[in-house]
Amino acid sequence: MPVSYENSKVIFEGIKAAGIKSVSALPETWLGLLLQRAEDDPDVDLIQVAKEEEAIGIAAGAYFAGEPHILLMQNHGFLAAINGVVSLAQLYGIPLCMLIAFRGHWGEPYPWHTRGGIVTEEVLRALSIPFELARDPDKVAQQISEAYTFSQSSLSPVALLLTRDLMED
Amino acid sequence: MERAKCIEMIYPELEDKLVVTIMGACAQELYNLGHRENFFYLQHAMGLASSIGLGLARHLPDERVIVLDGDGSVLMNLGTFTTLARYRPTNMIHVIFDNGSLLSTGGFDSQTTSGITDLAAIARGAGIEHVASADNELQFGEAFLEALELDDLSVIVAKVKAVGPDHYGMDLELPENAFRFRRFIREKKQAAAP
Ligand SMILES: Cc1ncc(C[n+]2csc(CCOP(=O)(O)OP(=O)(O)O)c2C)c(N)n1
Ligand SMILES: [Mg+2]
Repeated sequence: MPVSYENSKVIFEGIKAAGIKSVSALPETWLGLLLQRAEDDPDVDLIQVAKEEEAIGIAAGAYFAGEPHILLMQNHGFLAAINGVVSLAQLYGIPLCMLIAFRGHWGEPYPWHTRGGIVTEEVLRALSIPFELARDPDKVAQQISEAYTFSQSSLSPVALLLTRDLMED
Repeated sequence: MERAKCIEMIYPELEDKLVVTIMGACAQELYNLGHRENFFYLQHAMGLASSIGLGLARHLPDERVIVLDGDGSVLMNLGTFTTLARYRPTNMIHVIFDNGSLLSTGGFDSQTTSGITDLAAIARGAGIEHVASADNELQFGEAFLEALELDDLSVIVAKVKAVGPDHYGMDLELPENAFRFRRFIREKKQAAAP
């Protein structure tokens, strides 16, 4: 299934509408069109990391600097970043607004995504990270804005899981 | 050379910079010289000091950011050199105190202890242009001054003895450090605003 051009645009516009101009990311298929937009937009600063855990540090730096920041990654990247989430963000009370491509779930044809997909929600719960699923293009902009607001008020990591419904046509 | 001496040497220069240090011995040695509101002590998450530095430097172009890192910590995030090289924060100096040891956790040898692994070469290979190695205090002082004069990203790998402070303890809770560090930056920005 192709990645949704329209919905990638809606998500990108949602990020901008939330007042966020700084983005760290590690690319993956579902995030490709979104990241392309971020790269092409002169108002948005995209920092591409080599591993997702770096983005936790970058987000902390952006927070200290007072710059609204969002992290884009795949759920497997989130799994790779957990120590940073726990031992930097949660330990110090640093907000993280994470948009996570929720691979390996309902309708997943690729075996390699499935284990990560199956454990993602339970891992988020185990870490007490509030999360919501984003399925509806009409609601996702509001969900992004609310996720960001909640991360700032709770001084906590917050995750919005981008589902297949939203990301594929 | 000892890390505590190196930090003492550059301490006056840190007054008007944003400083991020790794945990344990290094954090304590900086703290013992006198805490300042512009110091952030990363007390547990290994590898991320330079990533925090990049986040600060990229969003605060008018500030100078100094990262005090360790061999064990940086070995957990070697990819950071490639991200730093790619985005090249010209207002950041990344100092790595290489004591060949996981000193703060019992002093086990690290991968750099035999001298086979050269962190400076790794940084260079990642594409960082200004990389210096220092084996003694004179070299370290010179490298740091040179880095300050440059308007560019610098990495300094300082070979130090695997020795730490004689006591541990800070009168500073971890979230308190984060809140105050952030407030310090906000107030400085407000004061500078026209
Ligand atoms: C992920 C993780 N594994 C292990 C530890 C335990 N630990 C605490 S300090 C430390 C060594 C740090 O080494 P280095 O960065 O070289 O600093 P040094 O203590 O030598 O000054 C280790 C392994 C940890 N904090 N985090
Ligand atoms: Mg060490």
